[in-house]
Amino acid sequence: MLDHILSILIFFPALAGIFGFVIQKDSIRAYGIAVSAIEFALALWLWFAFDSSVSGMQFMEQIALIPAFGINYILGVDGISLFIIILASFFTLIGIASLGETKDEKNMIITLLFLQMTMIGVFVALDAIVFYVFWELSLVPMLYIIGAWGGPLRVYASVKFFLYTFTGSLIMLVGMLFMAYFYYQATGTWSFAILDWYRLILPESFQLWLFVAFFFGFAIKVPMFPFHTWLPYAHGQAPTIGSVILAAILLKMGTYAFIRFSLPLFPDASVFYMFPIAVLAIIMIIYTAMVAYAQKDIKQVVAYSSVSHMGVIILGTFALNVEGISGSIFLMIGHGVVSGALFLLVGVIYDRRHTKMMSEFGGLAHVMPRYATLFGIMMMASVGMPLTINFVGEFLSLLGFYEQSHILTLLAGIAIIVGAIYMLAAYKKMFFGTVTNEANKNLPDVNKRELVALIPLVLITIWLGVYPKPLLEPINNSVEAIVQLMHDKSITEEAKSRIPNLMSDIEITRTSMQEVH
Amino acid sequence: MLAPVNVSLESLNIMTLAPMLIPIIGALLILIIDISKANLDKTLYVMISLLFLLLDLGTIVDSAGIFTASGIVMGVFDMMLIDGLAILAQFIIVGASLLFIPLALTHSRFHEFSYPEFFALFLFMISGFQFMVATDNLILIFVGLETASLALYTLIAMHNRDKSFEAAVKYFTMGALAAGFFSFGSMVFYALTGSVEINQIAAVLAANNYADIGYVLIGTAFLLGSIGFKVSLVPFHTWTPDVYEGSSAALAGYMSIVPKIAAFIIAMRIFEFLIHSGVVWLEVILYVGVVVTMTASNMWALVQSDVKRMLAYSSISHAGFVMAAILIGTTQANSALFLYWILFSFTNLGAFSMLWISRQKHLPQHQRTDHSYDKFAGMIKTSPIASVIMALFMLSLAGLPPFALFWGKLYMISSAVTGGYTVLALIMALNSAIAAYYYLKLIVYMFMKEPVVGNDGHVYVINATLALKSIIGFAAVGTIFAIIAVNPLLEVITTFVYNSGY
Repeated sequence: MLDHILSILIFFPALAGIFGFVIQKDSIRAYGIAVSAIEFALALWLWFAFDSSVSGMQFMEQIALIPAFGINYILGVDGISLFIIILASFFTLIGIASLGETKDEKNMIITLLFLQMTMIGVFVALDAIVFYVFWELSLVPMLYIIGAWGGPLRVYASVKFFLYTFTGSLIMLVGMLFMAYFYYQATGTWSFAILDWYRLILPESFQLWLFVAFFFGFAIKVPMFPFHTWLPYAHGQAPTIGSVILAAILLKMGTYAFIRFSLPLFPDASVFYMFPIAVLAIIMIIYTAMVAYAQKDIKQVVAYSSVSHMGVIILGTFALNVEGISGSIFLMIGHGVVSGALFLLVGVIYDRRHTKMMSEFGGLAHVMPRYATLFGIMMMASVGMPLTINFVGEFLSLLGFYEQSHILTLLAGIAIIVGAIYMLAAYKKMFFGTVTNEANKNLPDVNKRELVALIPLVLITIWLGVYPKPLLEPINNSVEAIVQLMHDKSITEEAKSRIPNLMSDIEITRTSMQEVH
Repeated sequence: MLAPVNVSLESLNIMTLAPMLIPIIGALLILIIDISKANLDKTLYVMISLLFLLLDLGTIVDSAGIFTASGIVMGVFDMMLIDGLAILAQFIIVGASLLFIPLALTHSRFHEFSYPEFFALFLFMISGFQFMVATDNLILIFVGLETASLALYTLIAMHNRDKSFEAAVKYFTMGALAAGFFSFGSMVFYALTGSVEINQIAAVLAANNYADIGYVLIGTAFLLGSIGFKVSLVPFHTWTPDVYEGSSAALAGYMSIVPKIAAFIIAMRIFEFLIHSGVVWLEVILYVGVVVTMTASNMWALVQSDVKRMLAYSSISHAGFVMAAILIGTTQANSALFLYWILFSFTNLGAFSMLWISRQKHLPQHQRTDHSYDKFAGMIKTSPIASVIMALFMLSLAGLPPFALFWGKLYMISSAVTGGYTVLALIMALNSAIAAYYYLKLIVYMFMKEPVVGNDGHVYVINATLALKSIIGFAAVGTIFAIIAVNPLLEVITTFVYNSGY
């Protein structure tokens, strides 16, 4: 069974979703929880069976789909994708378990199960086209979640979300087709397999163009400044569950794809574009932090802070060394947990008051002490306080980039500290002081159903903040392999010096490398 | 005294005519049945047409076998040319017709199906299209084109509504002009080379090294006009939305597939040798035409308020997309054309059939056109399965993986990449993004709006019978599981196209 565990992880929720159509409306929630719990257990089993000392791909599967055109169904998991998969299954479970009163609950849960299929699929696919299939397919459930359960501007927000990402991905698709064509020119066979592409060394001029093509697809998904404008709308209009999944998992697809595609395929271009992208990332960190400070809506504050932290992830990724990339992957997990939890917390208060305006609140700490505590912990984690999960990732990311540029790292570091201001200010507005609004006087505190979702997230936040090693080790191993591969593949002097040469015990068969002419 | 013509019957290869003759025999049989006993039910004619189409398909399979065994076959004084293109195109023509004809078995009674002539004309039309694609001879192409077109004009008018007459007359007048263009173009080429066979024309033109390039361009311009009219290339597209709106949804879906594939084959035969011989003017014009067709029709589709008109513009856009294959002209591009069109026919016929089963006989007060967007508002609430299937066809048309049309788009864009048309590849990709908007618009209406008061969902399946539902189910399954079919299709298509020398 373990030979096919990745396929099972992908298609189990989808199949369960199809079966879900026959289930009676009132029983669907239990069904959803059961399915996603099994899925989560399978994901944990994958972790248990995963050999963290191996840096390469594990549990690989391969089925020929369109051999005439080099498209194969190839799956595999390594330290980079493993924890994001677990996170995705975990958040689907939590999301369904904590789902509040929802109209058309059945449609929502079936949609979530399909969404889970696409999320897992993106992170285990090792064929560019299979990756693309899941990448695009993930837009449809999200479109429906935002468009059918969202706020007043839901249609605009959902269509904007769809079209923005769809456009970027199509440019990426052209890039993929070029990549396959170059592979065809070099070897005489068509292949879309990422591991095959890893062995291809491209001239720098080709790399620069292809990097840009892939960049559009990934940057819109992340979303990087200046392509971020769809995100505040999507978050603002989406129902709680939509925001949680979007922030925790869907945005990670972009940063994950940078590490999976852009860096190892185009090492020279990555070095070439390192500083422009770092500048974009820092603009993203500072600018969105400032925008977040100006928001009146608590959900928008969380949304913009989420963009701001994605900037740190990008910065860590483009440090192009082991510390930076490992840190950014760890921060993806951390950011997923923390921003997911924050959106859940915002959902808690929204369910009670049906408003997200901070001016409506004040002094909530007196009325809802447990809620205030949980929010406080998560807010501290979001700010990046030591001994919380985000601190580890942020620290490593910045440490990594410090080796490339002191000044930029300093700017980013200051920006993160400044970023703490808006979170603390928002917390102050909502929780401290006296209760001024009559409507807030008798708000019930967090109930059991919400605690079920929030407590595990708090535990993870603190556990991984104190002891990150179980995650960092496998991540580190896989990242070392990628960095070494990048170093070996790079052709310019600049790239050779920027990307560290780790050691020679990770062998890359040079004989199979062929250069495109 | 004239010497007797001495031709051995074997060298005539009469069998090459078999696929075209079968529908003609079927049509005549239907007319004979009608003369001997009038007022028989439409189900009889539908089944007879179906049987003859199946026979037709059988003979095409047969000629495909001969082609794989012994290559290109010529017949009937070398008028017929049965190569890979002809066989593939006939497969698409007959296959799409097989899917179309059961759509006549509607729940409500519609005017046109009460006439047996409808089915006879339909079969005549198919043989006309088959003649068009299975020959190298400009005159026979013309005859096939006119047979098919005249039958088609009548089929449209038989829908018996004001708009249908308008559509038929519009199509007829514009079609007559296009026919004139075609004969003019052929005449110029005949005058230049003394032959009406495309391969002869190519040989003669190459032999004198395109000395009369001016006349070649005049002839090409005329032919481009007429073929552009048939595949609805901008600016020859103006008839398309009106004609589609006037004809029944089923017939509109049919028109978006079959006549166009026939015209694509002609374009492939005539234009590709011209482009390859360095007629730069044609390449530039085609490039511009392809880009403008894709982009402009997408823009127009954005602002439509009727789903059928939207689909009409979208099919113009798809035709432009596929026309790019003619421009690129590599084996991969030509294979992509067939792959795309096969996958497109599934999806598009499915989409139009969904409109067809919701076609009301009388419009309610609040609804201005047959298939306005409002009609589909909140469809998920009242008839969830129908709306999911409709959404599936829309997503497939938008090119969302892993549904059918995505693989066609993928291969087509890839052929642009390998053919060296980088900018074209990007334009094609971005056009798919623009197109996604208007397909999404229908999904937004179906899934995210509240239904109109008093709409109990019956309207969406008002025409549905078992036959129609099976056709739609067939199209839906084909759309979802296209990925399984892509590899075998691709292998067969590539061999056929390659062995025909394209």
